[in-house]
Order: sequence, then C-alpha cells, then structure tokens
Amino acid sequence: MAQTEKYVLNMGPQHPSTHGVLQVQVELDGENIVGAKPVMGYLHRGIEKLMESRTYVQCVPFTDRLDYVSAMNNNLGFCMAVEKLAGIEVPERAEYIRVICAELNRIASHHVFIGSLTNDLGSATGMIYAFRDREKILDLFNIICGARMTAHYIRIGGVAADAQDEFLRDTQKFIDYVPEMLDEYNKLFSGNEIFQARMKKTSIITKEMALKFGMSGPNIRASGVDYDIRKIDKYGAYGKFDFDVPLGKRGDNWDRYMIRMKEIAESAKIIQQALDNMPEGPYMAKVPKVLRPPKGDAYHRVENTRGELGFYIVSDGSTKPYRVHIRRPSFVNLQALDTMCKGMLLADAVTAFATIDPLMGEVDC
Amino acid sequence: MHSGILYSLGQSLREILTSLIGVPILVDLLMTIICATILLLIMATSALVFTLGERKICAFIQVRIGPNRVGPGGLLQSVADMLKLMDKEDIVPRGIDTWLWVLSPILLLVPSALIYAFFPFDDGVILADVNVGLFLLIAITSQTVLPFLMGGYSSNSKYALIGGMRTVAQMLGYEVPMVFALMGIVMITGSLKMSAIVEAQSDVWFIVLQPLAFLIYIITALVESNRPPFNIVEGESEIIAGPFTEYTGMRWALFFLAEFSNLMCIGILTTTLFLGGWHGPDFLPGFCWFWIKTFLCVLFYQWVGWTFPRARVDSMLSFGWKVLLPIALINVLLTGVGIYVYNVM
Repeated sequence: MAQTEKYVLNMGPQHPSTHGVLQVQVELDGENIVGAKPVMGYLHRGIEKLMESRTYVQCVPFTDRLDYVSAMNNNLGFCMAVEKLAGIEVPERAEYIRVICAELNRIASHHVFIGSLTNDLGSATGMIYAFRDREKILDLFNIICGARMTAHYIRIGGVAADAQDEFLRDTQKFIDYVPEMLDEYNKLFSGNEIFQARMKKTSIITKEMALKFGMSGPNIRASGVDYDIRKIDKYGAYGKFDFDVPLGKRGDNWDRYMIRMKEIAESAKIIQQALDNMPEGPYMAKVPKVLRPPKGDAYHRVENTRGELGFYIVSDGSTKPYRVHIRRPSFVNLQALDTMCKGMLLADAVTAFATIDPLMGEVDC
Repeated sequence: MHSGILYSLGQSLREILTSLIGVPILVDLLMTIICATILLLIMATSALVFTLGERKICAFIQVRIGPNRVGPGGLLQSVADMLKLMDKEDIVPRGIDTWLWVLSPILLLVPSALIYAFFPFDDGVILADVNVGLFLLIAITSQTVLPFLMGGYSSNSKYALIGGMRTVAQMLGYEVPMVFALMGIVMITGSLKMSAIVEAQSDVWFIVLQPLAFLIYIITALVESNRPPFNIVEGESEIIAGPFTEYTGMRWALFFLAEFSNLMCIGILTTTLFLGGWHGPDFLPGFCWFWIKTFLCVLFYQWVGWTFPRARVDSMLSFGWKVLLPIALINVLLTGVGIYVYNVM
C-alpha cells in the first residue's frame, strides 16, 4: 500500500517571496498546507532598547527603520507620542504637511504591496508598474527632504523644513495622475481572470478571527470591521478632512487587495483637501534645544499603512526615554498567517503572506 | 515537384556531393549530418536571439529600457550572459543522486533538439519527413517530462521535488487535450506526415477550419513549454526554480537552452499546424514566411507570458481536464461532421 508522509518545507529566510528575512516553516501534505509557522527575529536590531540610550530627538531616525516603506507614518507616530508627553503644540501648517507626507507614504507603501503581490503571483510586470509609480512619490520626498525612503522628515514639534512650492505643485500633479494610475492597475491585474481566481475566496479571515488576532489596518477592514484610527482618534489634522473608510465583506485575499486600491483613492482625496486648504505659518513649534519631558508616560497610536502603530513612551524626566514600547501592526497581523494558510495550497501561502503585507523591519523591530 | 530556394540549394549540394563521393549511402549520411548541424546552429542562435528578444520585449512591456550596455543597444547581452554562465562555478550539491542529476539537463536538451528534424522549413525542406511525423513530435515532446522529474527527484531539495512532481501532474492534464485538439487536423489532412499537413493548408489555413483546436493548442503549448502563465513547474515565487533550483553554470544553461528551444518549437508548431507553414504570397520565398510567422508566434507567446500572473496548480489541472478536454472532444466531433457534410456535398 502506498504511504504518504507530511513534510516540512522551510520557506525562507532566503526565499524570493518572503519580502525580507522571514522564515516560514510550512508543513505540507503533498502541496496542501497543514500548518504554517512564521519564525521571526532575523532582522531584530533591538530598536526599543537602542532608544533608551538616545535622546528623544535622536530616537526619531530609528522609527524610519521600523517600517521602512512608510517611514513618514512611523516618524509621525513617535513624534506625536513625544509631543503628547512633553505637551508640545504643533503649528497648523506642520500638521497639514504631515498629513500630506503620511498619506503620500501610504500610497507609496500600497504600491509596494501591489508590486510585491503581483510579483508573488508570478507577474513581474505588475511589480514594475507599481514601482514606477512609487518612484514618483519617492521623488516628491526627495524634493521635500532630500531622502527617499528613510525620510526622517517629521520631527518632534513639526517638520524638518517647510514644504516648497515645487513640492506642492508636483504633489498636485501626482494626485491628478492617481485616477489614471488606478485605472491602469485595474486593467492590468484586477480585471484579470487568473488574478481573480487566485485572490477570490482564498485565505479568508472572518470578522471574529480578525478581532481575536488583534489585527488592524487594511487587513481588519477587509474583514468588515470599521476600524480606522484616523477616523476614531482624529489625530493631527485628520479631523478636518472628509474621507471614507473602505470596508471589505468576505475578508479574503481579494478584499485585502481591493481595500488597498480604494485606500489609495481615499488618500489622494485627503491630500487634495490638504493641498487646497494649506494654511500659512510656521512649520515648527518652539521646542527646547534639550528636550526633557516631565515624568510620566504617554501612548499614542496612528494609523500606519499596515495598521495600528502605537508608541508607548515612559519618561523619567531625563533627556532620554526610560522605556519605549512599539506596538507593531505587522507583528500582530502576521499571527493570522497560520490560519490563512491552513487547507490552502503552497501557492496560496505566498499570496496570503503578500496580502497580510508584513514588513520585516517592523515585525522584528 | 518541389520548388523554392532552399530546396534547390539542397539539391545542388547533393549533386556536388554525389559527383565528389559517388556512394549514395555516404552522400545521404553527409547530407543528414550537414542538415543536423545547421539545425543545431539554428537552435543555439535562436536561444541567443530569443534571450535578447525576451529581455527587450519584456522590458518594453514592463515600461523599462532593458539591457543597453553590452554592444550597440545591448545587442551582445546574450553573448555576455553565455560567457558568464560558462565562467560560473560548477556546484554539485551534497546528497544528490549523481547519475540522474547529471543526465537530467542533457536528456532535456536531446528531445528538444530532436524535434527539429520533423519541421518543414520550406517546400520539401524537412530533415525526416516520416509517415507518423506529428505522432512522433508529440511523443518526443512529452519525453521532456522525464528529465524534469529526474532533476527534481535527484536534487535532494524539496523545492526541486515539488517542481518535478508538478511536471508530471501537468503533463497528465495537458497532453490529452492537446492530442485531441490536433486530432482535428489529422482528420482533415488524412495524414500524420508534417509535409502533408502543410500541403493541405495551401488554400485555407487550419486556423480558419479549426479555431477551437487552435485555442486549445495555444493554451496547452504554453503549458507544454512551461511558459507563463502556466510556468508552475518553475514558479519562482513558490518553489524558487522548481527542478533547476540546485543547478548552476552550464548545467543550468542547458535547461535554459532547452526552454528557449521549446519556445521556438511551439512557435514553429503553431505556424506549421495552424498558420499554413511556409505558405504565403509569392513575393517572399517560403522559408521567409515560415520564419516571419514563427517569430510572430513566439512574440505572441512572450507577450502573453509577460502580461498574465501565474495560474494555480489545481485550477490549471481542473481547467485541463474539465474544460479543455471536453472542448477538444467536441472539436473532434464537429470536425467529423464537417468532413462528412463536405464529402456528401
């Protein structure tokens, strides 16, 4: 009699589709997945600990290296937490510039999502199209702060430099291009038969499961949970803008993809409003040269591209934080991988991983 | 009898050889060797040309520039690639099944070179015009499964093994509809001879008479040659490179060469079986038409490959068995009815 045996396949840390150094131990029965165990820590740099030995201002660049494809959002989260702790009022113009940068970076990060997803589905063409458009945003960042990925542009108390007219003009150009861009993506992949067959009804996460896992960001919204911190907390200038939170129904790969496509359009809407109502004034608050926040602690969360990014900072009154804890959305979201992969095929593991959209810099911290 | 530049060239070469040697068997042998050498050269050159073509076309589709540094406009890029591959270290992984592992790339290249003997390049220009030409072609092309499985099995790597297993599943799913689709052509022609199949298309190409078979053939040909969107055997985002994962340098280059040879082979087959082979308006000689059509077919296959994402294994197999096979059978039925009606009228 023929005998079959389950076996373990180590995907990663060197594998084309793990988007970084993640190892997934996939237990397989033929090509059917029995279980998937993510093994992380290959990119652990001890950022939380490193922050304890740096001044608050010196901590900001570390946040760039957390989720390095949406650095602006990370800067924003940390800076707002420190501002909360030290009681710094940020000028309105700075708030607006921050929103523009954060939303641009959200679009850029979704570009990476679309690119890596299509690449994992075997269409390198999709990747190049997404990255071509992401390049436009990186060029915008280049104009505003000279850096492209690890921006370190949002600082405690405001932003590093004022937004030039050139930046605002080019941003407007990009926003005008967004509908055309989405149309092209829809033509190239969303409408594709094979693409839909692979995305629809695969790796479903129900509402209950998503809540149980503590997921956040586009992943939980794809499961139909209306949870967007930009709407709930209305932090920064977000309360002043009118935008929708797209929600999914089934919580499958397709929903997770479509949510991000719709979010790009929503982000463009926010940026458009911010550009139209851009106030004049200073771009930086009066922040003391040596920042000594009073004793106490503060938690601030922002809607990062990947979900709820929280910074918990404890101050002992000195120039350095006593303790920093980072609630990383990718890390939490990655828990769902096993559930998403069970009962699927090996090819779906790659898709599931891509639609969770974790970033190893953030997972390992 | 036959006309065309290539045919007369061959005839005059044969006459010269006969006057020089005189023994008919030796002349035949020499002619065969010359033809085989030319075919191998065509195959090797086509790999070089298609590598560059693929890079450039792919770059065009992907809004990139493509290689443009080596030689004028990047023309020598594929030569540079070949040199690089030759220079690479020959890594033999530990724990492999040595014989199978070493033989796999060689055995893969042999059938893909062998089938060139059955292609009619021009009127009367065919190395082996055997009676069961089409049958032999299909038989030989399905041989490529074995080296893939050998490479996958012997590599001592799970990725390679999965890839090797996928080849077998894929062949089972696609060989059958393909054969049944080609059955229509054989029914109309009444012969398995390749030259007869081309001859039968002198008035109407089979793409007109057999549109269903043409569609099925395009899809199965993509599968057969592991081209995207059906390159599941070497689906790089899942199983790295499938059976070739553990091969490097020239061994890998043999796989690569076989892949491009297969690509050209399906281009040639599409041309021969459906697009009238070397038939075409008289202002160009037959072999020119043959190559123009072949290149257009290859371009089409590459275009498809660079546009679509990869299909999943299970959906691919069920598509083969549940959709393509019934359609192919219906096509056989329709063709039979058509031939009957034609004969009655």
